[in-house]
Amino acid sequence: MAGKTAKVIAVDREGQEHEIEGTIGWSVMEVVREAGLPIEAACGGCCACATCHVYVDEAFLAKLDEPDPDENMMLDEAFEVQDNSRLSCQIKLSEELDGIRVTLAPEF
Amino acid sequence: MSEPVKTSHPIETDMVVIGAGPCGLFTVFEAGLLGLECHLIDNLDKIGGQCAELYPEKPIYDIPGLPFCTGQELTDRLMEQAKPFKPAFHLNQQAEALSRLDDGRWRLSTSAGTVFQAPVVVIAAGAGSFVPRRIPLAGAEDYEGTSLFYAVRRMEDFRHRNVVVAGGGDSALDWVLNLQPLAASMTLVHRRDEFRAAPDSVGRMRALVSEEAMKLVIGQIAGLHGEGDALSGLTLKTTDGEIEQPCDRLLAFYGLKMELGPIAEWGLNLERNLISVETEAFETNQPGLFAIGDICTYPGKLKLILSGFHEAALMCQKAFTICRPETKLVFRYTTSSTELHKKLGVA
Ligand SMILES: Cc1cc2nc3c(=O)[nH]c(=O)nc-3n(C[C@H](O)[C@H](O)[C@H](O)COP(=O)(O)OP(=O)(O)OC[C@H]3O[C@@H](n4cnc5c(N)ncnc54)[C@H](O)[C@@H]3O)c2cc1C
Ligand code: FES
Repeated sequence: MAGKTAKVIAVDREGQEHEIEGTIGWSVMEVVREAGLPIEAACGGCCACATCHVYVDEAFLAKLDEPDPDENMMLDEAFEVQDNSRLSCQIKLSEELDGIRVTLAPEF
Repeated sequence: MSEPVKTSHPIETDMVVIGAGPCGLFTVFEAGLLGLECHLIDNLDKIGGQCAELYPEKPIYDIPGLPFCTGQELTDRLMEQAKPFKPAFHLNQQAEALSRLDDGRWRLSTSAGTVFQAPVVVIAAGAGSFVPRRIPLAGAEDYEGTSLFYAVRRMEDFRHRNVVVAGGGDSALDWVLNLQPLAASMTLVHRRDEFRAAPDSVGRMRALVSEEAMKLVIGQIAGLHGEGDALSGLTLKTTDGEIEQPCDRLLAFYGLKMELGPIAEWGLNLERNLISVETEAFETNQPGLFAIGDICTYPGKLKLILSGFHEAALMCQKAFTICRPETKLVFRYTTSSTELHKKLGVA
């Protein structure tokens, strides 16, 4: 049985919006990957690759904890990092984040 | 660990293993129990594959009988277990070309010019070779190898140049310190004013900055400018807006990623960059060529280290029949077999 869900809006690299019902407790990376969007997530969510880099919509940024030092260190290896850059494997979907909008960062 | 001997003669052995990750390392052990010798090739400068490169300090909890270890500890333990069988490592080189010899054996050559001849080749290549992540900006390829570099081959390439180094880890800081005395100017670009590199290097870099012997820019590369293959400047995005930075040598460190590379050209059955194998011996569509660990796929495959260990054990049974067609294989436990004890050096 599926657990409770919350909505994730993911914008792909072509600018196309995808509305996904994600399982609460999964990471945003897992939700996006499960939906078949092209997110590499090479390390499977261990905060060791930066290939799950997304831009989080300002409205939700404040609801997230600050990135921890590990996440910040991995973001150093990402490209086109912005103030709203996050590693989506480090964002756990919760009721509070229902409707969170993320844009996939360029691939490299 | 024995260093590769530089020789123009091909190295003759039983098994050549591409990839010194956990599955390649365990192959040495399983093959060794059967009396087969292995040579291992890896693109990295160290053994351990993903465990050593991506998560040396992170924990692993699902190795049977080993409730907890880090990626590096697992690598060290696998090496210790393989040691009696004296594996030969050929690091810092990529397996490039594979062909079949007239006598049915394989001929494999690497980017460093090492050549092997062996009846069995095992691809334990994970998700491919670790290679530097390249700058995803338009035109970057044009400059690569002439004015844009992801590693230093010859320091002389940087003498009297306006050098920019990008990154915040040890490689970036080490090269800043090594090249600064040769360069006409040295600039380090990093996303934030915090560095992962060893504190000592960071301190030395900051000292150079305060002596005005180099520059530190907190920002990111947003554009490359130049003509043909010659870079002349960069656009850097900083918190105070965009600035233009003269630069004719850029050295960028954005970590490593895995890329299948030359293996894709070997005529294997590929499914989304994974190699299809049968599940009796994890042999590919070409006899004597096996694929184990993360790189192989079959119905039910799980990308776990323990699956790779199982694959290594079964694969070696079949490899034995290819390497020693005249000899009958007897199944024995390490617990009781004196012959195995001798091989393990515990008899
Ligand atoms: C952060 C993280 C955490 C993980 N946690 C776990 C866990 O808890 N439990 C678990 O079971 N698994 C875990 N894994 C997965 C596990 O690390 C992999 O399953 C395992 O490393 C696969 O081993 P391998 O030997 O098949 O390949 P790899 O470890 O990928 O090694 C392959 C090696 O082959 C080299 N190579 C490839 N092609 C070539 C070539 N042409 N020439 C030369 N060299 C080449 C590469 O450079 C690489 O070093 C984790 C992975 C990551 C990234
Ligand atoms: S999936 Fe690798 S850092 Fe998020």
